[in-house]
Amino acid sequence: MKILTIGRNTFRENIRDKILYNLILFALLMILSSIALGQLTLGHEAKVIVDLGLGSISIFGTLIAIFIGISLVYKELEKRTVYALLAKPIHRWEFITGKYLGLLFTLLVNVAIMAAGLMLTLLYQGGIERYTYLNLLPAIYLTLLSLMVTTALALVFSTFSTPALSALFTFFLWVAGHFNADLLEFGNLAKTPGLKWLTRVFYYVIPNISNFKVIDSRNVIQAAAYFEPINYAALGWVTVYGILYSGILLGIAVLIFSRRDFK
Amino acid sequence: MAAIEIEHLTKDFYAGFWRKRPIRALDGLSLRVEAGEIFGFLGPNGAGKTTTLKLLMNLIRPTAGSARILGQPVDSVSMRRNIGYLPENPYFYDHLTPEELLTYIGTLFGIRQPVLRKKILELLETVGLAEARKLQLRKFSKGMVQRVGIAQALINDPEVVFLDEPMSGLDPLGRREVRLVISSLRTRGATVFFSSHILPDVEALCDRVAIMNRGKLLELGALLDILKVKIQGHEIILAHVQPAVLEALRPMCEEITLMSDRVHIRAATSRQAGAIVSQAVSGGAELVSVNPIRASLEEYFFQEVQKS
Repeated sequence: MKILTIGRNTFRENIRDKILYNLILFALLMILSSIALGQLTLGHEAKVIVDLGLGSISIFGTLIAIFIGISLVYKELEKRTVYALLAKPIHRWEFITGKYLGLLFTLLVNVAIMAAGLMLTLLYQGGIERYTYLNLLPAIYLTLLSLMVTTALALVFSTFSTPALSALFTFFLWVAGHFNADLLEFGNLAKTPGLKWLTRVFYYVIPNISNFKVIDSRNVIQAAAYFEPINYAALGWVTVYGILYSGILLGIAVLIFSRRDFK
Repeated sequence: MAAIEIEHLTKDFYAGFWRKRPIRALDGLSLRVEAGEIFGFLGPNGAGKTTTLKLLMNLIRPTAGSARILGQPVDSVSMRRNIGYLPENPYFYDHLTPEELLTYIGTLFGIRQPVLRKKILELLETVGLAEARKLQLRKFSKGMVQRVGIAQALINDPEVVFLDEPMSGLDPLGRREVRLVISSLRTRGATVFFSSHILPDVEALCDRVAIMNRGKLLELGALLDILKVKIQGHEIILAHVQPAVLEALRPMCEEITLMSDRVHIRAATSRQAGAIVSQAVSGGAELVSVNPIRASLEEYFFQEVQKS
């Protein structure tokens, strides 16, 4: 109950932040511009709109997660709002979890707005069967899962570092997370067992963001010749991975925050 | 049962980049505040007042020693249901209005809606913010934020209230209102622990005070006891004193000041003051007033801090 109250306040704080609207506006503009870009291709308008749309949702969602996530706890410490709050009957873990859930809900609403923008763009372009709209949903769900991980990463850094450094760390890990599979491959090719072991450790520690990119236009547009059905088993595993990874990060954030002195 | 028990509470902070040196912010503080008391916690900047309050609120952890509030350790979450806290120079979410902030905090205490709404209106009225209740806090002056801070500390009708410099940032009118709030807490039977360096307020409100300097407790006691020790003599004002009588009085007086038609005399002890008054009156002088010269808390405070 208290977690939800804290979450609700975090959501309210986020939606009164101007940066959010700027980012959403840009995302919607980007999705709309895919109509023009689609016309440059012959017969692949829908593919361009879907790929560019899903890409925009993912990138702008990540930007929102990072920009708001890094200051989530830091701002409370910097502005000293946390002093009065932690003297109330709440546990520190409730505070952190509430803040995290609040931002996740903000992301959910934003992603829903961007997804609606994408669907409206597809509708305007026309000529696609209604399955396409349904097939978009698993892709958007995966984006949300990846945002859950990114937010948790930003939250961990936010509990002990300044926003600028947190942004840098989070962004670095997010980029590294896209090349995780390559890292493992590199280790496998290496002859030294030490290097092999090291790459394996990195593979497990760095968030595997590329896991969440398994759906694109190939799996969405059913009428296309290149159509491949969505692998729901993979979707299940990615869900487990996302929840576990975010849970561990949230645990680390709680641990750091619980031990802190608020000077 | 004591409302607050502090035993040998010590806090070191570490400063320095390479070699961290400990700086002792609080050094073995022990004190007890009884239920229903208004307790003043005094000291100059850097005395350890805010550190003590943060330790009591479990915002920082002690290097040594312990503290209990309402018989429970300071990290007890259930105990915090019954306390209120106003931080020093408070700051709250500036995207909220006072009403929203108080609703948020009230909900954390589990106060139900109709009761909470009534309580919020009542509190905003008490701290003089009823008009501004729908205004976002970002538009508030420092004094107004301070008032919101006091309101949020009282939302749960706490048994023990901790106020860190409650008068700071307030104009004389605001200070008077806060004094009234603290007095009404006393009437309700609540315990108030407040730090301040605005001494007249402390003089007007507190039953007992602790005086701190550089992390150490200098003095602890009833305000009157601390000040009584410091009675610095009596001031006698006489009118129509004949020159001959004045000459006779001179050896008994510490100091004589002649004003146009009055004489101000300072006597060292009350016995001497009595003798002066009786001799002057029998010599035909008129007694205007006799007053003990008490050190104000301010002077006392200044002397003690200088000594240490």
